[in-house]
Amino acid sequence: MPHYDKHFDKELQTLKEDVLRLGGIVEEQVSNAIASLMNHNIELANQTIARDHLVNKTEVEIDEMCIDLLARRQPMGADLRFVTTAIKIVDNLERMGDMAVNISERVLELAAEPQLKAYLDIPRMGEYCTSMLKNALDAFVTSNTALAQQVRLEDDQVDALTHQIFRELLSYMMEDPHTIARATRIMFIAKYIERIADHSTNIAEMVIYMVEGRIVRHTEPHMPPAK
Amino acid sequence: MDISITAPMDATTGEVAVNVRRLNFYYNHSHQALYDISMDIHRKKVTAFIGPSGCGKSTLLRCLNRMNDVILNTRIEGDILINGSDIYKEGVRLEALRKRVGMVFQRSNPFPMAIFDNIAFGPRMRGMKDKAFLAEIVERSLKQADLWKEVKDRLGKSALDLSGGQQQRLCIARTLANDPEIILMDEPASALDPISTAKIEETIQVLKEQYTIVIVTHNLQQAARCSDYTAFFYMGKLLEMDMTGKIFQKPSVKDTEDYITGKFG
Repeated sequence: MPHYDKHFDKELQTLKEDVLRLGGIVEEQVSNAIASLMNHNIELANQTIARDHLVNKTEVEIDEMCIDLLARRQPMGADLRFVTTAIKIVDNLERMGDMAVNISERVLELAAEPQLKAYLDIPRMGEYCTSMLKNALDAFVTSNTALAQQVRLEDDQVDALTHQIFRELLSYMMEDPHTIARATRIMFIAKYIERIADHSTNIAEMVIYMVEGRIVRHTEPHMPPAK
Repeated sequence: MDISITAPMDATTGEVAVNVRRLNFYYNHSHQALYDISMDIHRKKVTAFIGPSGCGKSTLLRCLNRMNDVILNTRIEGDILINGSDIYKEGVRLEALRKRVGMVFQRSNPFPMAIFDNIAFGPRMRGMKDKAFLAEIVERSLKQADLWKEVKDRLGKSALDLSGGQQQRLCIARTLANDPEIILMDEPASALDPISTAKIEETIQVLKEQYTIVIVTHNLQQAARCSDYTAFFYMGKLLEMDMTGKIFQKPSVKDTEDYITGKFG
């Protein structure tokens, strides 16, 4: 149902579109960072680093828009939950953008040396992580809590892969200390991807709050929802 | 729909000052203004009544101290219990009821007399003559209403010379001088500027330590700022009553959400 004040509707719509626009940019940044690793694409890594300013700029713009809405409209109920969720989502998106930059920086460092091993689990993590981000944003746009819940559950897969990569790299390093520099950088990348997935999980949890008014942060996703 | 709504008890006090039970109210014999209202109003808490114009919130407020009795051709069914006793039963003295249940109106209505005499009016009507005691009541009431500092040097001056905000706090002080248990406020700040409004709201926060307060307001932010419980009325029905934070963040009833977000009313 629309608001009596049509301008308010328009402002909320603009906010939603802008959050999605930032989400789109960050999705691309994350995909490009992972692709630059897989394809040894230094140019793409550099491009990802250079584009971070756009993420930062958009984040600040949306943040200001939210503060302005809070000050002028003093939203209540669903509107209040929507605006406060938007503030938190853009904060998470901006951090994800930083992680994409960090991945790209490690890619540049790794490019200076021969590849340590074939990357098998990292692209799998990358797939989870980009699909989680996409689903978290879709859940936000469509107020789909079932999809948000799915994102929360997927985070376990990413965590499991991170541990697997860690164990594998550990064996490389124990076997040959010359691999430590490279293995550590790969470990960092795995950790960055894992962090990105955590931020998607945060967004999914905020969507649940936005729709149901229920705070599920710091609870296990497998637990039945508290009524 | 279940319309017997009771807000969850506050774990710390859990006391009820007013029970409204299956209340129906009619104007002009037949026009029904309130439908089967049941609610508990918690002691020493602020309860806000919100809802669009004509929803019955002021009518219900006026039922709580039988102000509607003066309107011709009204009819009431159901019970209102204050501290367990029915205020509509035969033999209830209205002056005694209205001493216990004071009221502050939208338009401040000081009597055309000195500030001191305005506050002392109620106690004098009840036969109090001791000057020192009256002075004590006047000072205490004005202090409670946060007006003492502004008027202590001109208690003999006409109350009509005060500003709008001061007049409203004078009316609150006048109510307090009667030592009520419950204070009803009908849009107490709607005609006031933001600073005077803030002073009234601050006064409400101080007063709730001693009194049960019910406030009718069209200003949702005001309800959100100063009440502990909020009741949402629509077309004579109580649709939802809950803790104020819950009502303004995630109400249970869709009509409430639509109203507080400006989608209907």
